[in-house]
Amino acid sequence: MRIRFVVMLAVILLAGSAMLVLAVPPSAGTIAGKVTYTGTPPKMKTIDMAKEPGCVKEHAASPVTTENVVTGPGNTLEWVVVYVSAGDQGSTPPAKPAEYHQKGCQYLPHVQVMQVNQALEIFNDDGWSHNIHPLSKANPEWNKSQPPGTPPIQAKYEKPEFIPVKCNVHPWMHGNFVVLNTSHYSVTGNDGAFSLKGLPPGKYTVSAWHEQYGSQSQEVTIAGSETKTLSFVFKATPY
Amino acid sequence: MKLMTCTFVLLLGSVCLLLTAGAKPCSAQIDIHIHTVTGPMESHVGDLTGNSEEGAKLYRRFCIGCHGPDGDGNGENAMWFDPTMGFAKPRDFTLAVFKCRSTTTGNLPTDEDLYNAISRGFVTTNMPQWKVLTPQERANLAAFIKTFSDRWKTQKAGTPISIPPEPPVNIEGILHGRVLFQKMECWKCHGPQGHGDGPSASTLTDSKDNPIRPYNFASGSRFKCGETNQDLYQIFMTGLDGTPMPSFADVIQPNDAWDLVHFLRTLQPLDTPEAALWNTYAAAHGKELKPIGPEQPGGGN
Repeated sequence: MRIRFVVMLAVILLAGSAMLVLAVPPSAGTIAGKVTYTGTPPKMKTIDMAKEPGCVKEHAASPVTTENVVTGPGNTLEWVVVYVSAGDQGSTPPAKPAEYHQKGCQYLPHVQVMQVNQALEIFNDDGWSHNIHPLSKANPEWNKSQPPGTPPIQAKYEKPEFIPVKCNVHPWMHGNFVVLNTSHYSVTGNDGAFSLKGLPPGKYTVSAWHEQYGSQSQEVTIAGSETKTLSFVFKATPY
Repeated sequence: MKLMTCTFVLLLGSVCLLLTAGAKPCSAQIDIHIHTVTGPMESHVGDLTGNSEEGAKLYRRFCIGCHGPDGDGNGENAMWFDPTMGFAKPRDFTLAVFKCRSTTTGNLPTDEDLYNAISRGFVTTNMPQWKVLTPQERANLAAFIKTFSDRWKTQKAGTPISIPPEPPVNIEGILHGRVLFQKMECWKCHGPQGHGDGPSASTLTDSKDNPIRPYNFASGSRFKCGETNQDLYQIFMTGLDGTPMPSFADVIQPNDAWDLVHFLRTLQPLDTPEAALWNTYAAAHGKELKPIGPEQPGGGN
């Protein structure tokens, strides 16, 4: 009788601890760090929007500058896409569409990341027409007019690609679509920081892409719930 | 005897040598290596079936000088085409991006679109009409052009947009078309009078960063993609891919599109029914019309 009780207790305890182990999520690591530059980056130019008086008015308080090389204090580099370029065991595109805005004759955000086959919605928030012309090569190139008040343009890209985006009516408008095969990506802000979370143990190639300074990659191995620190340094040139 | 045999063999040998040696430079001259990426392709134009292997021979003869052995538009003549003078560079077939399509923007053209482009040529560029070639030959060329990009293997050609029957021309439609010309901001590139001199005209570049000019309606020339009212309808609905001209298919309703077509005709110095109606109207009411162009400050335009 007593032995039976002990056995039962042991079974219950064992089952309980097994459940506890199962309840803990599989270990996931993080890759984080900073993107900086050495050398001399170009000075960003003030954009003359005189051809679209409405846009001049909108930015009267602080005129907009070009955004192809944006830097922060401590030589940090903004608008760098850091992503897993190899080793991701498969990412499905999120149901939520990526949202891209044309506002005050600017593209917001300047660098729009989306996954392959993720829905993309493009909005014209201005009171005048834009034509949105992503200059893709691996994916079909299209060019659509979007007058004010028209519904968002629905699009998606089937192949990974870095795509410059322009508006032919407002030639200073320039942005980027970055179409990736992975959900593990991060776009640096003014502090140059990035963080790729939720990475299962494995070997990864992490790449950093900047529209003017190109791409560079590093290999990282994630063993468990750890955070690996990584830094990317781009060589800046003034032109 | 022995000497004779020897001489005969030597003679025979030198004849062979001459033959092979003579043949080689000849074939080397003709045999510029054409680099294609797909296997053989077909085109279907009406009852005709185009064959790319036949098309390759014609391409070698008539097209290679400008479009190049790789089909990338870098033929030996291409360096003489100056886009800053308004002469477009030869089409790069490796991108499979085409201006004149009956299909929606971003889609491949139909075989018939390619056939029509070859037949029609491109007005104001160095691409002539190829009506001197038989329809079968032009269909063969349409098939061959498709061998330069594997988009023709991986994607289906789009389906042509539907063009509803053209309504009769009337002044109300033309006036409404004029409102659309203002509202859709056609004038920003094509100019308030359609002279191709809008505020953005001078900054336009094609997708290869070459300067490109908007169509000048006052030139009265054919359009890049045809000359009929149907062609004009198709041009602004599908857009000219690879150029700044966008598609308006999602933002202009078919009836409105016809009104715009009828208005655009009035910008050309041509003897059209649209121009006749317009000229009569403008003579009486021209001064009452709001000018096309930027909105005037204070709303009084």
